[in-house]
Amino acid sequence: MKLCALFLSFKDTGDNSEMSKFQFPESIQSRPTYGTLTPRPGKYHLMIADAEGAQAILDLAEQDAELMAKSHVIYIPKGSELGDSLQKLKPAQYYEGPSYAAAASRIDRVLGAAHMGTQIYLTGTEGLMGQAMHACMQAGIAHTAIQTEHRGSVARRMQCVHCKGITEDVITDPFECSHCGLNLFVRDHYSRRLAAFQGVCIDAEDPGNVPEKVELYK
Amino acid sequence: MSAAPQKAKAGAEKIDVTVSAVVPLNDLVTRFEFKRNDGARFPTFSAGAHTVVHMNDGGRQRLNPYSLMSDPSDTETYAISVRRDDQGRGGSLFMHRNVQVGDKMEITYPVNLFSLDLRATKHVFLAGGIGITPFMAMIAQLERSNGHWELHYSVRTPSLGTYVDQLTAKYPNKVKVYYDDQSQAIDLDKLLDGQPLGTNVYVCGPKGMINWVHKSAAAAGWPEANVHSEEFTAPQPGKAFEVRLCKSNKTITVGENESLLEAMEREGIDAPFLCRGGACGQCETDVVTSDGEFIHRDHWLEPEEQGKKIMPCVSRFIGNSLEIDR
Repeated sequence: MKLCALFLSFKDTGDNSEMSKFQFPESIQSRPTYGTLTPRPGKYHLMIADAEGAQAILDLAEQDAELMAKSHVIYIPKGSELGDSLQKLKPAQYYEGPSYAAAASRIDRVLGAAHMGTQIYLTGTEGLMGQAMHACMQAGIAHTAIQTEHRGSVARRMQCVHCKGITEDVITDPFECSHCGLNLFVRDHYSRRLAAFQGVCIDAEDPGNVPEKVELYK
Repeated sequence: MSAAPQKAKAGAEKIDVTVSAVVPLNDLVTRFEFKRNDGARFPTFSAGAHTVVHMNDGGRQRLNPYSLMSDPSDTETYAISVRRDDQGRGGSLFMHRNVQVGDKMEITYPVNLFSLDLRATKHVFLAGGIGITPFMAMIAQLERSNGHWELHYSVRTPSLGTYVDQLTAKYPNKVKVYYDDQSQAIDLDKLLDGQPLGTNVYVCGPKGMINWVHKSAAAAGWPEANVHSEEFTAPQPGKAFEVRLCKSNKTITVGENESLLEAMEREGIDAPFLCRGGACGQCETDVVTSDGEFIHRDHWLEPEEQGKKIMPCVSRFIGNSLEIDR
């Protein structure tokens, strides 16, 4: 036990560039997995990021000097201060917005006018990548053709399977549905259509018998 | 009891048919039409599917895959179009020389290794020569659902343009024909540029054309999932070799002009197959021991699997001994 705790704390203070990366443990097939963004050939590049995802775009830009001149960056800082560094990359177009919802109409507009040969790069939290991937799939891009890289918070976008309400940025298991108030168990079962994980009532058989909240992956 | 209808095992199950029409289309290509002997209807198929035609060529069995090119919703008749290959192994020559209206033949249930991606917002078809056949069925299927498609069809000369007249008359704004002898060629880079998001491209033709399309699309940033191709590799002849079949406890010799799969069939060994062209993976067989060199000709095995496995439909062996798990 002690050894394990030591190892974890060592990892937490690991080298700076790796700090925002998190290796998700293996899980069921439905759970999305993420890779590392790599420049791909294409005429036009759409990059959508939130919070520490900016760091992944900075790393990506370093690999190909000509990439950013063909890129449109859509960034949702969520309190992070990496926006200036992104702008210094001189992307062809740059947008910064307060939330995914605020950026959604712009993303749809960009995808509606896009052609084959467009490359998509999504990075940041799972909620951001899931929603942006859904928009891309709606526009006709195969999900297998979309690159993703997780950075930052491991918080999840959850759907309550009972009331269907979405709760953003869930960081504990169990949690209370922000719509109907049920105590929900955080599942790894994911829906690409909803861009959300499934939350299932944890005390349905024995109301009130709710395990203590634990922070995800702690 | 919910009695689900018994599904025929595609590829293995055969249908007894009679040749109902033989239509020469030009110097090289003839269409063969089949009707069922039992008077029942054919199963509908998805466009892009092929059937394996069993030929009895003077006691020697030949099995060749051909794309079904009739309208998939026509369950009265199946049709294939066969290009005569004078340098080939003899299947197409047999079809052209020996098969006549009224002949009884066997064909397999359709198998599709080249299907339309119906999520596509647009379908771009690239055909080279006899590679037109699967697109005939795809066009018929998409026309029924008001699908968004266009065809770029490269042929050697106007006289060898199989179905060119029919296609250009029916779909003048969707079909573009390129004639080699007039130095016309598909401007692929221009064609790939600016296609709407969600476009899928399909290519059927010579190997060089298929590779060219895959390479150009990848360079233009097209995802692999949006580029589809079909190429049947005919088994190439080679030096005769011996093979031990451990499950059947038999040693057989594969002749110069037959494939390992054909040799096993000749010996009455029950060996699985679907495409007979190194594409589908159905005939994959484990190698037990080997002392020699493999000639892998399939598009199926990963490089690291080659030698541990063999695709008997197209691949061969040269060496001292080979034992396979069949």
